[in-house]
Amino acid sequence: MGTSAFDAVIPVICVTLAGLVVLLAESFRKKQERMPLGGLALIGLIGAVIACVLLWDRNATSFGMVTADNYALFVNLIILTVGILTVVFSQHTVERDGLPAGEYYALLLFAIVGMMLMVQATDLLLVFLALETMSIAVYVLTGIRFNDARGTEAAFKYFLLGAFASAFLLYGIAFLFGVTGTTSLDGIGTVVAAQSMSGNPMILAAIALLIVGFGFKVGVVPFHQWSPDAYEGAPALVTGFMSTGVKAAAMAAFARIFLSSLEPMITDWAPVLWGVAAITMILGTVVGVAQTNLKRMLAYSSIAHAGYLLVGIVAGNEVGKAAILFYLAAYALTNVAGFAIIGLLGTKAAPNDDLRDYAGLWHTHPALAGLMTIVLLSLGGFPPTAGFIAKWYIFSAAVGSGYYWLAIIGFLSSVVSVFFYLRIVVMMFMTERDARPVPLPVAASAMAGLAVTVAAILYLGILPSRVIDLAAASISTVF
Amino acid sequence: MEGWGGIGVMMAVAIGFGISSVILSQFLGPSNPTPEKEAPYECGVPPVGDARERQSVKFYLVAMIFLLFDIEVAFLYPWAMALRDLGWFGLAQITVFILILLVGYIYIWRKGVLDWGPESDPDYHVAKVLGPSVVKRYRYGTGN
Repeated sequence: MGTSAFDAVIPVICVTLAGLVVLLAESFRKKQERMPLGGLALIGLIGAVIACVLLWDRNATSFGMVTADNYALFVNLIILTVGILTVVFSQHTVERDGLPAGEYYALLLFAIVGMMLMVQATDLLLVFLALETMSIAVYVLTGIRFNDARGTEAAFKYFLLGAFASAFLLYGIAFLFGVTGTTSLDGIGTVVAAQSMSGNPMILAAIALLIVGFGFKVGVVPFHQWSPDAYEGAPALVTGFMSTGVKAAAMAAFARIFLSSLEPMITDWAPVLWGVAAITMILGTVVGVAQTNLKRMLAYSSIAHAGYLLVGIVAGNEVGKAAILFYLAAYALTNVAGFAIIGLLGTKAAPNDDLRDYAGLWHTHPALAGLMTIVLLSLGGFPPTAGFIAKWYIFSAAVGSGYYWLAIIGFLSSVVSVFFYLRIVVMMFMTERDARPVPLPVAASAMAGLAVTVAAILYLGILPSRVIDLAAASISTVF
Repeated sequence: MEGWGGIGVMMAVAIGFGISSVILSQFLGPSNPTPEKEAPYECGVPPVGDARERQSVKFYLVAMIFLLFDIEVAFLYPWAMALRDLGWFGLAQITVFILILLVGYIYIWRKGVLDWGPESDPDYHVAKVLGPSVVKRYRYGTGN
């Protein structure tokens, strides 16, 4: 294969084209006419996966702003997997709940375009542009049930706080530009490494503003307020998509900026992120225990997981960087599956997302109850699931950098979190079903997708070495 | 922070001038109001009715679409200025840009966003049968 200026953006182009085709197809769709829009979306996503695999180890760059290094490709493959799974799970529910199919898939694809570009961007302006592309699509997806009051409220809250966070991020970028005279990540890294910036108030302000901006998007305490409401109000499948895709993309860009360009400043920002990570892990877990709505519970669980991911950034060593990638993969698979199960069991009229609704699920949907158990065990970090290896890997990175207390806080909060994951398991298996109506039947394609996802969770938990090696190899070329 | 003193003085003078003219005109200006003077300024035309009228919700869509296509044109101007330097590659880029926007245009057109009159909506004819009050409610977006 020859190389061209466009190599690095080929995966993004695949997804964009699919989005445009879906939008065109929707434009010419007659009312009540059925079109395989989900299939069109899948073609684009699979094309992008193939492009990512072919670009592996080639370190292609485009326009001086987009890179396809292995780090970006690894995260992009996670994001694309999340996208493919979301489309597979959505096929049935979009039709059942009467969601606007064309708009749903098009927005999903455009959000993925933004996520992928955000991970691949090597210029802060492109990071911002990609973040907005992603966020605006996700705001609309949150409120895609536009005649549902809760969904609209969630979308509006998410939009207002998200726009506010974007302003913080942009302000941080402006300060960094003011100090270094460039928005390119490499350029910033060179200037920051060459001069001793410690104590320079401008760059400290820039770092603080960037932490606030990314903190909002990743959903860490104290910038997490939007996430339980947004996660609860959105359709469960969209929640699964945004709690993994958005988080993976924002986390990857966060790590790229802080661990490459701003790494010389690590003694300045590491203590701040240490504190943020610690309260995020504690608060996400403790508040999660008090929830009775499953979606809110998983929302707080995903806040706690953002805290564990931050531990990897704070550690900042080789193990930490690889651990972030592995954790993102494990977390994305697990959370998408968890929210998919909630989404498959509930409709708008009967959300079935309360803890009580899961009483005796074992008797009505034995397969789903079994899959949900593995998902919850993985979220809680039990062996032999992906969640266990991911947590162990992150904490060993923290210990390796001498952050013993952070590792202890992380370990204790995951022990406490086990309580609320096991509460759901107890509900499903050991409680008798009351007089509530039996949840809906589940489509075969969605069940197959879930089974594959759960198999992948177990694979990552039992034989993690291949993916760990891949993660370690993909960071070695970048940082 | 050297060199910023002049700007500080300028800002102080600007703010001071604004505040002092408001306060001084309160004390020094003669005050003999008439109904004409109290009326809101409408470029000399006598005001008619209340400014807070109900607007059709369709204006919202029109405004949003205007914004999008206005920005498209805003991108075309700098490209047109650098047309010769950018050459065929620039032309290809701007064509792709316009094609992407064209997909959006086709979408809003097919979805009926460009049909601004109420007559374009089949529900409107039902409303017409029900009487003028329903038409009015429908037109201003309060009816169902």
